[in-house]
Amino acid sequence: MSRKPRILVVDDEAPMRESLKDWLTEDGYEVGLAASGEEAIALAKERSWDVILLDLKMPGMDGLETLRRLKDEDVNTDAEILMMTAYGTIETAVQAMKEGAFDYLLKPFDPDEVEMEIKRIVSHRELVLENLLLRQKLEERAEFDEIIGRSEPMQKVFDLIQRVAPTDSTVLITGESGTGKELVAKAIHANSPRCYMPFIAVSCGALPESILESELFGYEKGAFTGADRTKRGRFELAHGGTLFLDEIGDISLKTQVDLLRVLQEKEITRLGGQETIKVDVRILAATNRDLKRAIQENRFREDLYYRLNVITIHVPPLRHRKEDIPLLVEAFIRKYSLEMNREPARVSPSAMKLLMEYDWPGNVRELENVIERAMVIGKGREITPEDLPFSPRDAAGVEMPKSLRAVEKMHIERILEETQWNISQAARVLEIDRQTLYNKMKRYGIAKRG
Amino acid sequence: MICPIGPVDRLLLHQLARRITARCGLLCRVSSTKLDNPRYAYNETRRQYDSKTILHCLKQRSKEKGEWVLGVTSVDLYVPILKFVFGLAEVEGRCALISLHRLRPEFYDAPPQDALLLERMEKTALHELGHALGLTHCRDRRCVMYSSTHIEHTDQKGPEFCPSCGELFKWRVRKQKERGD
Repeated sequence: MSRKPRILVVDDEAPMRESLKDWLTEDGYEVGLAASGEEAIALAKERSWDVILLDLKMPGMDGLETLRRLKDEDVNTDAEILMMTAYGTIETAVQAMKEGAFDYLLKPFDPDEVEMEIKRIVSHRELVLENLLLRQKLEERAEFDEIIGRSEPMQKVFDLIQRVAPTDSTVLITGESGTGKELVAKAIHANSPRCYMPFIAVSCGALPESILESELFGYEKGAFTGADRTKRGRFELAHGGTLFLDEIGDISLKTQVDLLRVLQEKEITRLGGQETIKVDVRILAATNRDLKRAIQENRFREDLYYRLNVITIHVPPLRHRKEDIPLLVEAFIRKYSLEMNREPARVSPSAMKLLMEYDWPGNVRELENVIERAMVIGKGREITPEDLPFSPRDAAGVEMPKSLRAVEKMHIERILEETQWNISQAARVLEIDRQTLYNKMKRYGIAKRG
Repeated sequence: MICPIGPVDRLLLHQLARRITARCGLLCRVSSTKLDNPRYAYNETRRQYDSKTILHCLKQRSKEKGEWVLGVTSVDLYVPILKFVFGLAEVEGRCALISLHRLRPEFYDAPPQDALLLERMEKTALHELGHALGLTHCRDRRCVMYSSTHIEHTDQKGPEFCPSCGELFKWRVRKQKERGD
């Protein structure tokens, strides 16, 4: 809570009100005063309060009645209400708690007691607010361009993100290719205290060992041929922030050792350098590989695995959360219609059926590509089955062949079917010349049946 | 200016003045005159003295003399809503008041100890002066502006301001001086 917590003191006795105000002001709270129940209700309608200290015994509208009015639909305050009472009225105070008061305090207060009670309420509200903000942030992301999904498996992922984000724990994000592991890493960073510091991603699998090493740790001028200047590595660039190591299952054993050392010592040495440099970096790692199997096969170090795998977030494949497909389709259509400056297209029911039935081996990334393609090639304002790159047969679960050769053969046959064996037209769709198509048909033994 | 209210050991007050001067660079003296026991603030029912009423008197005195006033009394102080207070300040004003009643080890069935009492007086006085300069309670348990609702809190914290409160204290004093207060 960046603003001062607000407390409304409701008491008909001026000395009580004033002394409480002085005390709470010294404690850094913003204090409002009301001399009656009516005044309290008016102030509660006017602005929001964190805590209302409400005297039970007041002339006219008493504390209990004021409490009911504050809680009813007309005012509906979300402030926690602390009743103030004298010895003789404890029973009424207990009644007030049954009707929604947070607690009651006996007048005059023990300074310790009132301070602790208010701190308890304020910190509880801060926590609730923090969670709410985190949830809102995530929901905003779910609705716009980041992680999308309302399905139960994705809600679990969101909950985990929410819980691990504020910590400094290392997180291992697992899941098939295209499930959105990097988006999860970004969401963790964006909701962490490190969010204003850099988020640096390294695709470990894409880089050869030597390049990955210099990328991660940097190098000094003259460290190797071609090192004509000092270069800071990704660890240094991510200082204070988050380093996302994608495809961690693909790194060499030597790089694994180097990485383990950094995780243990929290310092790096640039290639060719002597000086150790302290780095404060949160590590998030991702893999689509089975690291436990890699350990058994001695391709991955067990100690590094346990360093990285403090918390695991598994991103489910799209086929396990098909109820998210319509939401994802809608989001991608919105994204590409904005990019293409076009009216958002509709998806015909038959096309949506195909999208729902397809197995999505390439996961969300594949779905995004399919929608983009459909919007590029589709002429109308509606995406139809013809705009989709797979036939109802695929969607119905006919297993695709594994070899590229067999896939190519099947694809050529399908296009020939679609073009009623018009070779010129099929060659145009396939974006090859007629001679190449003839050669391929000959090679694969493709001939018109019947 | 430290102003005794009712009977208070003057030696202790001089020691307190020296400590405040050394701690926060404010020239602090002990008034040669003492104010009478504050009977006007006595509450028969509570058998305590209303700190706000006494503070009000100190405000008058501060206005007349044109200087800051720290009242020190031996009587037990209260504010209407609380069972007791160790001290009170006019927030962003020029007056503060502390009571020795609950600072004395004897109040907690311990043998008298002047050194401990002086230490508690120093912390409570600096805390109330901090309030008078507009400082609020600090979350740092070691800072003198940490809220003391128990004598243990007073004993646990130090007589120093944390870096933030210290900076704010100095800044406020500087601002007061610039205004010619």
